[in-house]
Amino acid sequence: MNRSLPLVILAMAILAFATVMLVVAPKVQIGREPAAAGLKPYTTEQLRGRALYSSLGCVYCHSQQPRAPDQAPDAERGWGRASIAADYAYDSPHLMGTMRTGPDLLNVGARLPSASWQLTHLYQPRAVSAWSIMPAYPFLFEVKDRASPGDRVVWLPEDRRIPGKVVVAKPEARDLVAYLLSLDRTYPVPRSAIRDDGYSRGGATQ
Amino acid sequence: MLTIGLFLAISFLVSLAGLAALIWAVSTDQFSFGQKQARVIFHEGEEGRLDDPTAGSAPTDTERAAIDASTAWPVSLFLGVAVLWLVLGSLFGLVASLKLHLPDWLDGSAVLTFGRIRTLHLTLVIYGWLSLAGIGTATWIVPRIFHTPLRSPRFATWGAIIWNAGLTAGCIAIASGWTDGEEWLEIPWQIDTLLAIGGGLAVVPLLRTAFARSVEHIYVSGWYFLAALCWFPALFIVANIPGIFVGAEQATVNWWFAHNVLGLWLTPLGLGAAYYFIPKIIGKPVYSYSLSLIGFWALALFYSQVGIHHLIGGPVPTWVVTLSIVQSVMMFVPVLAVAINQHVVVARNLWAFKASLPLRFISLGAIMYTLASFEGSLEALRSINTVTHFTQFTIGHAHLGAYGFASFIMFGSIYYMLPRITGRLWPWPGLITAHFWCVVVGFVIYFIALSVGGWLQGVAMLDAGRPFADSVILLKPYLEARSVGGMVMTIGHVLLAINVVSIFVLARPGSRNGALA
Repeated sequence: MNRSLPLVILAMAILAFATVMLVVAPKVQIGREPAAAGLKPYTTEQLRGRALYSSLGCVYCHSQQPRAPDQAPDAERGWGRASIAADYAYDSPHLMGTMRTGPDLLNVGARLPSASWQLTHLYQPRAVSAWSIMPAYPFLFEVKDRASPGDRVVWLPEDRRIPGKVVVAKPEARDLVAYLLSLDRTYPVPRSAIRDDGYSRGGATQ
Repeated sequence: MLTIGLFLAISFLVSLAGLAALIWAVSTDQFSFGQKQARVIFHEGEEGRLDDPTAGSAPTDTERAAIDASTAWPVSLFLGVAVLWLVLGSLFGLVASLKLHLPDWLDGSAVLTFGRIRTLHLTLVIYGWLSLAGIGTATWIVPRIFHTPLRSPRFATWGAIIWNAGLTAGCIAIASGWTDGEEWLEIPWQIDTLLAIGGGLAVVPLLRTAFARSVEHIYVSGWYFLAALCWFPALFIVANIPGIFVGAEQATVNWWFAHNVLGLWLTPLGLGAAYYFIPKIIGKPVYSYSLSLIGFWALALFYSQVGIHHLIGGPVPTWVVTLSIVQSVMMFVPVLAVAINQHVVVARNLWAFKASLPLRFISLGAIMYTLASFEGSLEALRSINTVTHFTQFTIGHAHLGAYGFASFIMFGSIYYMLPRITGRLWPWPGLITAHFWCVVVGFVIYFIALSVGGWLQGVAMLDAGRPFADSVILLKPYLEARSVGGMVMTIGHVLLAINVVSIFVLARPGSRNGALA
């Protein structure tokens, strides 16, 4: 090859082709599907919590994309049915994740619906699961002498309590819990909805 | 659905047509080059001689000296800051690794939480270390293979300054919680404009030098560098435009981008460097120069479409996942072409592997490129991906590519280039050897720990009879081993930094074997 301009043009054309295949075509196909019928937009409080989930990097250990029963036992673990593209219609940034250092969270609001449990777990994960390697988030909480009216006091097992003090959730922690509890895609969806059916034992539907 | 399904067939046909055209072009001599053009990297009298600045062999050539002088300042800047980011990035990586098995360590502030430290590690090593070392190496090699001084070197210098300003601002933003939130794209898009401008400025000198070259033929390294430096700004800008994509669409853009950072940016930068330095150090051309053409175009065609294998089993259309799996397997073609070219010339000259420290880094890096690519093709298969996806196995694989391949080649390139840039010898060659063994031993521990641990983690998660906690508990010793490996690697990087500082400030010019041009 002895010409630089044709080289650069052809190289860029190949990238453009890949972009059509991997970006434009899926966008056209996914964009034509309306949001899932049972899916509600996030509230302002949930969106604040979602921004915190994103900025604290929860996505690096928790996926939000349960797999189909033909591929993995996600449903048996309580993580929910296989997710479809329309489940994410209100998600930006998307938080599908690539790791399961911790469990999938797309339906954590249905699986662990107790706000009190979520607060304790965020304050100190090992207070509820001794084996957990999740970071603790004490900076989302306040240690006070006594709770004021309207404070949300965090329940702690006896060995984690601080004598004479109470642990109270800051607004950020309450936002984050509001977001976690909103994660509930247990509504039914059509079988033909967009998702990777490559593991389906009945053969791919699209 | 029919129209969409057709895309798969179209893509396959276009890829095959491209490959057929390529084979035709090569077989009918359309490109009319062979081993003669492969020798464009040698000046008179250089072929057949070991060229290793760490060993003190120093062929002097006035034309080459003028070329190297034109790149000395911008390349020193690129390499210097790259090494600084590497040391910082490794420290963040080490802290993130330790936090995975010491979760209550440093938990007092959001800045220090795992999710941010890990992101700073990735951002610093990809956009700081590898990108800047790669641009620096390309800027140094391009004028050499075109036999003409670098044009507009100031553009490169300004590019480096603006890129680094953007990277610094981006890291501060991530640490303080301002993020775009997608993996590999965390730097806020407003700040990303600085990186796009900096990267764009760095391309100008290379293109101008290519147009002004004084040799007819563009050596294979030049194909990789020119393409990569045009691909990256395009990728980076498209992926960062806000407000177009949402939800599942965004996930496909995310992984189209992230895998192209590896495939169309770091890989061509690393391969371009290997294609130059391996034959240059040994003093013999690559095994089959025309084969490198297939390697290059097949890489462009196939690698650009593999990204959606990161969403196997996910909420995106089946056809696009399958397309990426097919193209991932097709990657065997360019990888074999590169492997034959680079490994054969090293295997036939094993004496040089022993004699030259830069070559040891670079050809080991080239071997790890082959291994990483084979592993990547297999990992994209549905049967294997179902175990390895979502586990530490993927992290091990990513480091085989970005570290074992790309970083090793950059280590060797730096050890080759800096004596030529400064006209000095490495003051303490023993520290280079120490660096080599630290990163080799550290990385072997790192990679084995994550590959074995990750596989067991994946198997445990697929077993409905075992609680999820099993997959976490069984992983802990492997995470600890990874921290040990990472620590040894980091020590190696500190040694590299000491070496780089020492050659700039300590060694006297021509302290051994006379002047080095």
